[in-house]
Parts: sequence; structure tokens; C-alpha cells
Amino acid sequence: MKKMLSNPAFWRGVASIAVFLILWEIGSRSKQWMAPEFFTPFKEFLGAMGFKKDYLPWVGAVPAPSAVLDSWTAVFVDTSYWQSWYMSFFRVMSGFIAAMIIGIPFGLSLAMSRVAHGIGFPVFEVLRPIPPLAWVPASIIFWPTQESAITFITFLGAFYTIVINVLGGARSIDVRYFQAAQSMGASRADIFRRVILPGTLPSIVVGSAVGMGITWEVVVAAEMISGGGSQIGGTRGGGLGFFIWLSYVGGSYEQIVVGMISIGIAGFVSSELLRWGGRYVTPWLKAR
Amino acid sequence: MDQSVGAIHRERPPAASTRGHILIEDVVKVYDPAGAAVMAVDHCSLEIEPGEICMIVGPSGCGKTTLLNAIAGFHEITSGRIVMDGEVLCSTGRPKATPGPDRIVVFQNGALFPWKTNLENVVFGPVMQGKLARKEAIDKGRAMLADAGLSGVEHNYPGEVSSGMRRRVEIVRALMNDPKALLLDEPYRALDSLTKSVMHEALLEIYYKNKVTIFFITHDLEEAIFLGHRVAIMTTRPCKPKKILNVDIPHPRDYGVLTSKRFRELIEETNDAVHEEALKAFQAGEKEG
Repeated sequence: MKKMLSNPAFWRGVASIAVFLILWEIGSRSKQWMAPEFFTPFKEFLGAMGFKKDYLPWVGAVPAPSAVLDSWTAVFVDTSYWQSWYMSFFRVMSGFIAAMIIGIPFGLSLAMSRVAHGIGFPVFEVLRPIPPLAWVPASIIFWPTQESAITFITFLGAFYTIVINVLGGARSIDVRYFQAAQSMGASRADIFRRVILPGTLPSIVVGSAVGMGITWEVVVAAEMISGGGSQIGGTRGGGLGFFIWLSYVGGSYEQIVVGMISIGIAGFVSSELLRWGGRYVTPWLKAR
Repeated sequence: MDQSVGAIHRERPPAASTRGHILIEDVVKVYDPAGAAVMAVDHCSLEIEPGEICMIVGPSGCGKTTLLNAIAGFHEITSGRIVMDGEVLCSTGRPKATPGPDRIVVFQNGALFPWKTNLENVVFGPVMQGKLARKEAIDKGRAMLADAGLSGVEHNYPGEVSSGMRRRVEIVRALMNDPKALLLDEPYRALDSLTKSVMHEALLEIYYKNKVTIFFITHDLEEAIFLGHRVAIMTTRPCKPKKILNVDIPHPRDYGVLTSKRFRELIEETNDAVHEEALKAFQAGEKEG
């Protein structure tokens, strides 16, 4: 902690966020400070460009950080807001963990067996370019509950990235490691456990980190489109994506931003957890 | 070309050891025989005595690594045979030897497992072969690392220590398997010349304690004469012995040898042969490797 406080990079980060918030506050209060007559020619110009005349384009329409903070403190005590967090986290984690459980062995088998590669890879490569969101209608049809449909879509978001990274990572292990292990009497099972697995681990970590990012993108969109699995929690607990959607429909623009920032924080926390776990399982990489 | 070298040489057996006799007989290796048919090794014969340090010198890409891979069992040969202590490793009928702990390779760029600490790397062989229990292997590994002056880096990962140290750890890892022969493939190529000189003395020191046969590939003539009992100068692709030099400088050697008169004479004797092959390789535009 002390080290962090004496690190200039940390303070640079703090300053950058502060400046961003200040500019945003100023921008969204443009309706107030643009009131004087002095700004009339500028307002006329905006009008000529097709924008609304009384405030700055884009940023002027966004609720100010102070208003967002107000709205946030209001929902902070609301259990349905936290229920949304919980639902989104739950969906992201179950989709993500399923993607790891299925994706890692699948990627490894593609890398290790020519037969598995021959059978599995073409299908995989045809399905891979289909964006997870294109699966939304189909998965709502063929999954029994909306909840499982959303989880399936988040699963897809992470699955392809994990498989591709595992496959690439396992294939790029230097042949010398196999030769050395073989010379020293390692069996096939030993080589798998002691060479292929640790050799692929850095790629698994990278693939998971990227996959986690995609999972958050996907879950939010899936929640918006599907109505947030309304039969299980109704309007309460539809996930953060549905929280945003509901705020939009309800006209609470501050709350939209609250939802957006919440997702930013959630994604950051998940990535950070993953990075921490990744460092823990690949301690040799910090040596480089 | 020097015609006296096609046959087997056995003029200077060091007789320091009773195991690790390697006989290479008429080995031929053709890459892609159905297509481009590149001849990498051409009827190569060489006999290496137990406990001998045999240096193989040739320009980059001449096919010497192919020979090493054949002995190690990583690649097939096209014809001929390789025999170690009376056991046929590979022959025309069975072109690929089985890799085993009796012949351990120390690779050009090193092959310590980066995900294991140096100590874990060192105990890998005996534990895999079931020769030692993990605890015994760790005790032995500690002792051998200490012997090589590497106690301080036991718990470091290979990526955390200098490349010179990594190479020494790798040699210790090889010796932990109690091999009959060490096969070294330009292990010091990537090191700077000062580190190299330290490594040479360290290798000899380890060798004097564990007399194994050493099959050492290099393109550095000075390194070859300094370390070897014999130096086989190879022709560029296809590879076979062009000239075999008996280095009559007695072991144990230290760096004083480098400035001795005899050392200089031996360099002069062989320099032309090496240069000639290097020139041929250069003109043929062989790829490094």
C-alpha cells in the first residue's frame, strides 16, 4: 500500500481519472454556463450544424458525475441493484467456468491428436466467426429457460477465445522440452502433466483474461435482448444489462450511467481476480 | 580432401571409463529422399572411446546436429548403424533410436523447463525413471548443484539466472541421470567469450569428477582443441569426418593451455581444414542451424 502511494504511476492514474470527471462535469453543465448572451453566436452555429442549441453536443446530454453519484447513493441501498450485480456475476462466472471446463480439454485434444484436430477443428472454425449475440434467438428457442440461454451465450463468448489460445499455446511449446523429457525417461502421461500442461498454462491465462472481457460484453447484451430472465426475478434482479435497459425505458438517465459504471467496475474486478490467479499459477513468468 | 579419415580412428583411448563407447558406422542421412533428397550425412564413421571428449567441428548447417539427433534418438537415419557399448541404437532396419537417459542432450539454446525451479529441473530425470525417491533425488540434486557452485540458485527459476548458470544447471540435470554419454550441441554458442571461458573450465571440472563420454558439437576450433581429447573436423553438407586431430595436451587442462605453444601449433595444423569447409558452406549459402 505504501509502495503504491509513493508510485508516481499511481498518482498519474488518479489525476487522469480526476481530470476526466472534472471535464465531464463541466461538459454536462454546459446548459448552465452557456446561458449568457456571449455564447449566442456559438449556439447559432450549433443549431446550423443540426444540434440542439442550448448545450454542448453529446456531452451536454449526459448526466453529470455529481448527478450520477446522487442516483448511485439512492440505488446503493436498493436490494434490486445488488441483485442485478449478483445475477450478472453469476451468469458471467457460470458461462466462463463452463467455457474453461470444456474449452481447455477441447483445445488440448485438438493440439495433441491429429484425429481430434481433423474431426473437431473444421466444425469449430465454421462456428467460431458467428458472434455470440447472433445465437440469442436460437438459444432462447432451444434452451428450456431464459437463464440457461443467457448462460449459454456467455459461455460462447469465452469458449472460442480459450480454445484458440490453448491450441496455439500447446502447439508452440518448444520441441526441445519434449525431447529432453523423453530422454530423461518421462512417459506420455508424464509429458502431458509435466510439459504440455505447464507449457500451455500461460496461454490458458491469456485466453481466459480475453475471454472474461468478452463474457462481460456478451452478458450485458444478452440481458438487454432477452429481458433479463424476467420469470425468475421479474424487474428485480435481471442483471446489470437489464438494469440499464430498465433505466433507459424508465427515463432515468443517471441510472443508465450508474449501470454502465457498475459494469466497468465488475469487469475490472473480474479481470483483476483473473490476473491475480494467473500470476499465482505461473510464478516463473515474473522472472522475465 | 584428406583420405586417411574415412576409417575408424582409435589412436588415443583415454581409458578413463569403461562405458560410453560409441561406434558410428557408415551412417547416411538423406532428408526428403522422395523429393529434394538433401544429403546431410554421407557415410560417416567415427568411434568414440569410453570417457573420451570428442569434439565435432564444422561450419553451421553442415549436418553435425543431424548426427547428434541420430545418436539421441530424435531423428531417423537413412542407413548405417550406431552402436553404444555393444547395443545397436539404430541401424538401417531400425532407423530411429529410442531416446534414453544413457544419452542426454544439452541443447544449443538450453532446454531447462522454465516452469520448474532449477532444483526441480535437476531432479526430473531420476524421479521420472523411478531410480530415486523424490526426497533422495532432492538430496542428490542439492549436492550436485553445490558441487557445481550453484547452491544459491536452487530455488530460482531458470529465467531468473544468467545464461551461463542455466547451462551449468542443465549439465548437472544431465549428469543426474547417470548417463553414459553427454551430447552437447553448441551449448555455449550464445554466450559471450568471457562467460564461455569460465564455462569451459567448469565443464572440465565437472568432467574430471564424472568421467562420461562427451560428444560435443561446436564451430569454434579453439574451444574444440581446448576441451577435446580428439577433434573431428567435418566436411560441410554432406557431413563426414575430414580430418581427425589427436590433441596431445595432457588433461587436466586449465586456461594456461590457451597460450601454450602446442595449442597454437594444433590450431595452425587444423585451421586451414576448418576454413576450407567454412568457405564451402558460405558459398553453398547454407542456412544457420
